[in-house]
Amino acid sequence: MVDADNIIKDLQFFYPEIVLTVTILFVIIAELIPSIKKKLIIPFLSLAGLLLSIFFSVRLFDVQERFLFSNMIIVDHLGVFFRIFFALASVIIVLLSIPTFKRAGEYYALLLTATLGMYLMASSTHIIMIALSLEIVGITCYVLAGYRRSERRSSEAALKYMLYGAVSTGVMLYGFSFLYGMSGEVNIYKIRDILMLEPIDNLLLLVSVIFILAGIGYKIAMVPFHFWCPDVYEGAPTPVTTFFSVGPKVAGIALLIRFVFAGISVQVSETVEQWISIGDIDLQFMLAVLSAITMTLGNTAALAQRNLKRLLAYSCIAHAGYILMGFTMFTGAGINAVLFYVIVYLFMNFGAFIVVDGIALRLKSENIDKYRGLASRAPYLCFALTVFLISLTGIPPTAGFIGKVLLFAAVIDSKLYWLAVVGAVNVVVSLYYYFRIIKAMYLEKPISADELPLAIPRIHIFLTTLLLIPTIYFGLFWSPLREWTTFSLNFMLSID
Amino acid sequence: MITLDSCLIIGAALFTLGFLAVLTKRNAISVLMGVELILNAANINFVAFGFFRSYEIHGVLIALFVIVIAVSEAAVALAIVLNIYRNMRTVNLDEVDSLKK
Repeated sequence: MVDADNIIKDLQFFYPEIVLTVTILFVIIAELIPSIKKKLIIPFLSLAGLLLSIFFSVRLFDVQERFLFSNMIIVDHLGVFFRIFFALASVIIVLLSIPTFKRAGEYYALLLTATLGMYLMASSTHIIMIALSLEIVGITCYVLAGYRRSERRSSEAALKYMLYGAVSTGVMLYGFSFLYGMSGEVNIYKIRDILMLEPIDNLLLLVSVIFILAGIGYKIAMVPFHFWCPDVYEGAPTPVTTFFSVGPKVAGIALLIRFVFAGISVQVSETVEQWISIGDIDLQFMLAVLSAITMTLGNTAALAQRNLKRLLAYSCIAHAGYILMGFTMFTGAGINAVLFYVIVYLFMNFGAFIVVDGIALRLKSENIDKYRGLASRAPYLCFALTVFLISLTGIPPTAGFIGKVLLFAAVIDSKLYWLAVVGAVNVVVSLYYYFRIIKAMYLEKPISADELPLAIPRIHIFLTTLLLIPTIYFGLFWSPLREWTTFSLNFMLSID
Repeated sequence: MITLDSCLIIGAALFTLGFLAVLTKRNAISVLMGVELILNAANINFVAFGFFRSYEIHGVLIALFVIVIAVSEAAVALAIVLNIYRNMRTVNLDEVDSLKK
């Protein structure tokens, strides 16, 4: 059925992952050599590997869509889009980690392994690959969350992340076992093709879909699988939190797109970008309700937070809700809006966390009270944080506004007015807690008379600028980004 | 007489027990044992469906991979729990609450 020649032939479409794997091995070896360990070689080695991997990923855009390794992995535009996305996110995280984890070689090895797992999450189509890639990301992330071993908060974050993660993976596998049982297939494309033809037990399908959503929902911090999120975000080292807030979350969204639109629903026709779910389950309504609950809970819980990392954690939950809105109408426009939003989300969320990290390195605190009157001590960072928070709220002229407009437009197009109303109310609620930070920085008087400017590490200033530019630029000229997401939307829908 | 149904019932029972353990036990190790039960419930389902419905070998393969996943997860999980014990002198989840509730 599958011969060795085919597998070797498929390797040429697997270069991004191979490059990353080799880099991980090099990093682990370099960590063992004392003369290398002292210098900054390891972070730069990781950066080189990631950039090379981006290079090979971009080349995959030209390749005809295909399955690799006997239908384990898929190569299509959507997968390549997410590969580039994750590699970019990791590049930023590696740079951000340099002041904090200068000489920790295994930290970078873990980070790259998580990136490799996210690559695979975005492109796996086989139950084994889905479970394995989820666990590659999961296990490395548990270790990353507890990276400061002697710190109570960090190890507690690792424990909570790990317990919830292990349970949700188990539940997800149990759900997959029923999909396998109903269809006898292990590739989600084939499962769908078989379930479409045969009469199926709708209740069983519904239960297994809910169980699988538990596994994916845990990754994207969707209510009711979000309990780990605030504690883990607060306890983990800030560069790691920054990584969690975008990396594994968007990997979960990539997997959700693949699972929902290739696994349990089918395109109406070749030309119409509208999907219908298989069986007789109202998946659209389920996702809409989950989306509404997720954003409402995230936003209302964020109102009471004093710790900025915790506040941003709840804001991340709320954003998972906004992104889920894009899934509810089962249209191409919806997925397109999701892709657009995740890119924008990368810029603004990374930006906010990086500013918080830079300030926390000097103030030793993430409490909002410490931010009073900070604008006079760190004017540039406070300005940047203001822009990122405005963008997270969704106010023009920032990229976050365009992202939200596209999402809401897609929702209104498919006549889900109640969801649009819930979303709009949520944006207003979020305005309050985002602007509380801005108010503290600019309008309130500092607690201490200490007026010395903060000495922020240069890498933070650099990264903030790097993220600030696209946050504003794409708010004014969004069409290039929109074209790229439309181009990436071509994902393979059938299996031969 | 062993049928598919009896295997699925055992699987469902294991899953329920595992999930109950996760929800009710306050000791981190007990919660991990509950997770193992959940994973093994999935394994029983995969193997049973593959065997009784004479599907291809995939069910058994997945079960093997799930075992590997469970082992690696347990290794990391126990390391994390050990680390918690070093830092806090307890593995009771109710007492591990230095982060704001």
